[in-house]
Amino acid sequence: MSEHLLEVRDLKQHFPISTGWFQKTPLKAVDGVSFTIDKGETLGLVGESGCGKTTVGRTILHLYKPTAGEVIYNGTQITPANIGKFRRDMQIVFQDPYSSLNPRMTVSDIIGEPLDVHKLYSSKKERDEKIAHLLNLVGLNSDHARRYAHEFSGGQRQRIGIARALAVEPKFIVCDEPVSALDVSIQAQIINTFEDLQKKLGIAYLFIAHDLLVVQHISHRIAVMYLGRIVEIGESSEIIANPMHPYTQSLISAIPIPDPDTARVKKRIPLEGDVPSPLKMPSGCPFRPRCRYATDICAKECPSLKEAAPGHQIACHNPHF
Amino acid sequence: MKEFNTDKLPKKQILSMQIDLSQFEAATDEEKTQHEKMRESTTFFKDGMRRLFKNPLAVISIIVLMILVATIVIVPEIYPYSYSQMIEVNGKRDKTAKNLAPFEYSKNELKAIEQGQEIFPHIFGTDELCRDYFIRVVYGTRVSLIVGLFASLIVLVIGLLYGSIAGYCGGKVDLVMMRIVDIIYSLPDTLMVILLSVVLNQVIGTALQGTFIARIGTNMVSLFAVFGLLYWVSMARLVRGQILSIKNNEYVLAARAIGTKPSRIIAKHILPNCMSVIFISVALQIPSAIFTESFLSFIGLGVQAPMPSLGSLANAARGGMQAYPHKMVFPALFICLIVLSFNLLGDGLRDAFDPKLRR
Ligand SMILES: Nc1ncnc2c1ncn2[C@@H]1O[C@H](COP(=O)(O)OP(=O)(O)OP(=O)(O)O)[C@@H](O)[C@H]1O
Ligand code: SF4
Ligand SMILES: [Mg+2]
Repeated sequence: MSEHLLEVRDLKQHFPISTGWFQKTPLKAVDGVSFTIDKGETLGLVGESGCGKTTVGRTILHLYKPTAGEVIYNGTQITPANIGKFRRDMQIVFQDPYSSLNPRMTVSDIIGEPLDVHKLYSSKKERDEKIAHLLNLVGLNSDHARRYAHEFSGGQRQRIGIARALAVEPKFIVCDEPVSALDVSIQAQIINTFEDLQKKLGIAYLFIAHDLLVVQHISHRIAVMYLGRIVEIGESSEIIANPMHPYTQSLISAIPIPDPDTARVKKRIPLEGDVPSPLKMPSGCPFRPRCRYATDICAKECPSLKEAAPGHQIACHNPHF
Repeated sequence: MKEFNTDKLPKKQILSMQIDLSQFEAATDEEKTQHEKMRESTTFFKDGMRRLFKNPLAVISIIVLMILVATIVIVPEIYPYSYSQMIEVNGKRDKTAKNLAPFEYSKNELKAIEQGQEIFPHIFGTDELCRDYFIRVVYGTRVSLIVGLFASLIVLVIGLLYGSIAGYCGGKVDLVMMRIVDIIYSLPDTLMVILLSVVLNQVIGTALQGTFIARIGTNMVSLFAVFGLLYWVSMARLVRGQILSIKNNEYVLAARAIGTKPSRIIAKHILPNCMSVIFISVALQIPSAIFTESFLSFIGLGVQAPMPSLGSLANAARGGMQAYPHKMVFPALFICLIVLSFNLLGDGLRDAFDPKLRR
């Protein structure tokens, strides 16, 4: 087990939501998520909006205190007490490039903050050199260091956010939909930047997105989330070519295909109904109200992740191949 | 990169709407580098100031306030009359200098002038106790401005501390602290101000007798206490709201992910981002404090005689309003001028610095 860089075991994050006077109901944003990530590997995490992807990423970094479950990094379990030691190893790039940079700080202060906090330089000159190096690494001009974040475009800001995450030389980065706020041409540039960095520095990513196409391009493995649980996880090519969970199947059938002949042959599996509120989860399998293959057992028991093919796990009672 | 060759482009059909590509020129290297240039870098503060000075109303109010401040600082130094002294001619009290109109001389003064003496004119006339009215109005303005500034400062300090504790701690602490604020907020404030200043006047008055603070005037001290006790609540609410909203910003999360300590997060990320909003609200608090002070002095609860304040001057002028309307007009005019300038300046500051109006 120890060869995994990061191991997440049965992670849960329940937010207490007041539903009346003196009454709190737990909102199960993440409810029992387990996966592993190896050194230099990218795990893609996909799912609809609100299924708990961001919460998974932030809970791993202990930005939210986990309700239950373990996060094990390099063989050591992370707790709120020892998280300080891991801040240099794990970083995060945020979804919104506009709110993730402090508008009152210059770029060099933003990127320099992790250097200051961990005292990663011995002189002012070394600090400036490191900042210039980081800016070049993410494809920005080192002349930009004295400017304020609001002077940059969305794509440039996202690069600044990446440079900040890289400043501590992490081994693992949570990329929380780093491209979904950007327009398509910039998306490709940023994704290429991520790939280059992985090749150069051997960083592992948890790459979150709601767009399967983006994730497929960059990930070695893909995990599909639905209402706070992982419903399918496996090799990226395997998931795309041979999805087994009914939810993944309809997601993949919705990917547009450029070739009209193939598109005509391929059937779209429409998703019916809406995502249930995470406050009122259906009994048994969370996907049951929208599932075409639901049977009696689905209402009674919640399926757990089981190996359906080598390295390919799904959580379904009636898998369809 | 491949060389761009206009000759190899498809020929344009005469009637087609297609753009004629042969008309285009490849960008030179110089033009390409122009693309990388960005606009002049400005700090948030500089940017806001530039915007502030583009606002004519704000600039006018800054000028008016500067003139006022210069007047209250310089005039008492060089002016020949004092605010508490009756006018004297040749060392003797001049009883004829009562209730003079602006620029009017009394009989005794006219005699003295005939004898070749030079006598400084009474710009705003005199009051019924033969005191020069201009210097009294200037002193009144001084008192009002000082009260306004200090009261706002007290409100700022209490509100900032209380609000940041409530906002940063959150949870139960926040709940209890904010319910207290709600209770104070719901009290009818005019009534409370009157009651408090009467009670405080007596309590503080006896407690402070003989100390240095007594010289400032117990009324003045109780006035500050009233502001301190009542008006900090809206400031505390504002600060708490600001801190709550900034606390959940992603850049604060990013700082936590880096491992930044809470003290540094507050100093570097939270406070700089709510300061402008807080200062704007202080600027808007000043005129309301001045107004309350004038109002309290007007009903006789403000500063002590012979120290004038704009409110007590206006109150004293009430009696002879028909005969001497100018005695009401001058202090009222100064109150309006001060309150209006601070309000306009506050509005200008808000427009220039409020981040919500940016982008
Ligand atoms: N701090 C919080 N307090 C209470 N509920 C929260 C909090 N953060 C998230 N949630 C809830 O948890 C659920 C999952 O949210 P999350 O942000 O993880 O979704 P997501 O998968 O990242 O969605 P998106 O694709 O839109 O970013 C949502 O129902 C959300 O309302
Ligand atoms: S367990 Fe049942 S309801 Fe859930 S996805 Fe599988 S078939 Fe559908
Ligand atoms: Mg998200």
